[in-house]
Amino acid sequence: MSADARDRTGYAIACAGLVVLALFVLVPLLATALGGLKTLGALRSDPFGFPLHPRWGNYGGILAGGRYWRLLGNSLLIASVVTAITVVLAAMAAFVLAHLHFFGREMLASYLMLGLMFPAATAILPLFIQVRDLGLLDTYAGLILAEVAFALSMSILLFRNFFRQLPVELFEAARMDGCSYARIFVSITLPLCRPIVTTVAIITFVSSWNNYMLPLILLDTPSRYPWPLGVMDYQGQYSTEWQLVLAFITLTILPAILVFVLAQKQIVAGLTAGAVKG
Amino acid sequence: MTLAATRRKPSLRGDGLGTVLLFLPPALLVFTIFVVLPIGEASWFSLFDWNGYGSPQHFVALRNYVRLLAFVPFRTALLNNLLVIAISLCIQIPVAIGAASLLSGPGRLTVVMRLILFLPYILAEVAAGLIWRFVFDGNFGLVAVAARELGMNAPFMLADPDLARVALMVVVTWKYFGFHMMLVLAGLQGIDPELRQAARMDGATGAQIFRHVTLPLLRPTLRVSVFFAVIGSLQLFDIVMPLTAGGPGNATQTMATFLYNFGITRMKIGFGSAVGVVLFLISATFSIVYNRWVPGER
Repeated sequence: MSADARDRTGYAIACAGLVVLALFVLVPLLATALGGLKTLGALRSDPFGFPLHPRWGNYGGILAGGRYWRLLGNSLLIASVVTAITVVLAAMAAFVLAHLHFFGREMLASYLMLGLMFPAATAILPLFIQVRDLGLLDTYAGLILAEVAFALSMSILLFRNFFRQLPVELFEAARMDGCSYARIFVSITLPLCRPIVTTVAIITFVSSWNNYMLPLILLDTPSRYPWPLGVMDYQGQYSTEWQLVLAFITLTILPAILVFVLAQKQIVAGLTAGAVKG
Repeated sequence: MTLAATRRKPSLRGDGLGTVLLFLPPALLVFTIFVVLPIGEASWFSLFDWNGYGSPQHFVALRNYVRLLAFVPFRTALLNNLLVIAISLCIQIPVAIGAASLLSGPGRLTVVMRLILFLPYILAEVAAGLIWRFVFDGNFGLVAVAARELGMNAPFMLADPDLARVALMVVVTWKYFGFHMMLVLAGLQGIDPELRQAARMDGATGAQIFRHVTLPLLRPTLRVSVFFAVIGSLQLFDIVMPLTAGGPGNATQTMATFLYNFGITRMKIGFGSAVGVVLFLISATFSIVYNRWVPGER
């Protein structure tokens, strides 16, 4: 075989591999969505097939009840507040760490980067005690502050790297004109840093929206649960009725899929930028 | 920045100091209270036998660590974390590189394919775990039905210790290889296409170009990929809980689920903190050694 023909055969095999990979990704998702349209019996006999008599009632019942909407509402509230606070705190800290020179600056910067070195799981036990002793157990305040704290390291790193690339002349000129640092931050830095705000906001929002461990440890009352806890609860309650569980899972991941389809460019860029630029 | 340099360039004139004192403390405070203090406290608590109420009184020195390292479920958990790391490095990243090099071009089909393969990464771990719990279910799952179609006994994958471990590895691969693929794609975009064209002109085959041109240039990307694969594998928790909750018989515990199942649900704060400290030491040692000894450029 010539090198060229070998290349072509190899390419064909590789493309077949890609198709298998795509099926590996999609089949479980499609089976989940379709399973939510079946009866339990149909699920057992034919989980792959398209349901001949789709039972829209599985989905309808969940959409008509308050539980699903409350879970999504809770998650939306928590993730939005976490994102807003993280962006503000991280941008402020990163501004000072990027543009002002003061003793101990690099030490403080390294200190704030500590969070990148280890997973949140290492600290959850004392974190639980800490939040309990602050009287914030089972409150959104406790959960939100904890999530912000764990999002800060990466966010500050991304903001600081971005701020450092802004031209220094801009700040020097503003200082000459008697501009205060706070004024520079609000009128010069923030308007220029929209791309990095988007990145940080996407990373923070997605990780809060999907977060399971921190709410599991810090919340107690089911009516306050974000959706990852709620869907686990639902599965525990209806564990013998997979068709309902599947419908519930499908509906809870639907918002993420819709947003992903609508804003894929920003989301892919945002979620990978954290790794690449960090 | 040295002290001398700071003195020569005192730029905290005017409102500088005020700005520092206004902008920095909020982040510092939240970070210290909710991240740093708990880590510090974990190492203190781990020296006590304590149920979390009152203050820790019963000092046991390193006995929690001794018990921990001799405890079979914890050793299993540690091994499982290592297994996940191995799978991530030996299967996920190579698959990601392969998929990325096939999907680096333009074209609508390639773009759609990329998004499909990335899709699992944006879904919550909990949802992924539950979906695969269904796929592996011995009565209703896809694997069981496929086995029955082929005339075999339907396996209860999640009820068998070894199969459950295999199942966990499958789900981890499903969930994360797309992330590494996107990183590699970003890396490929940074490579000058002329380099590959030049190699082709010189008569190199596709495989040779990949081996001698593309792969070396991907080094900085792969360095990041490996780092995230290892740190991510060490903190595996959200996928395991809905899939197996660490069972059957602790076969699929990871260090994080072990910490939750044996430390938090039983309120053994000292013992659980020891787990956290071990996990911290492993992660931090890895981060420091990796960043120091594995250089980014060339």
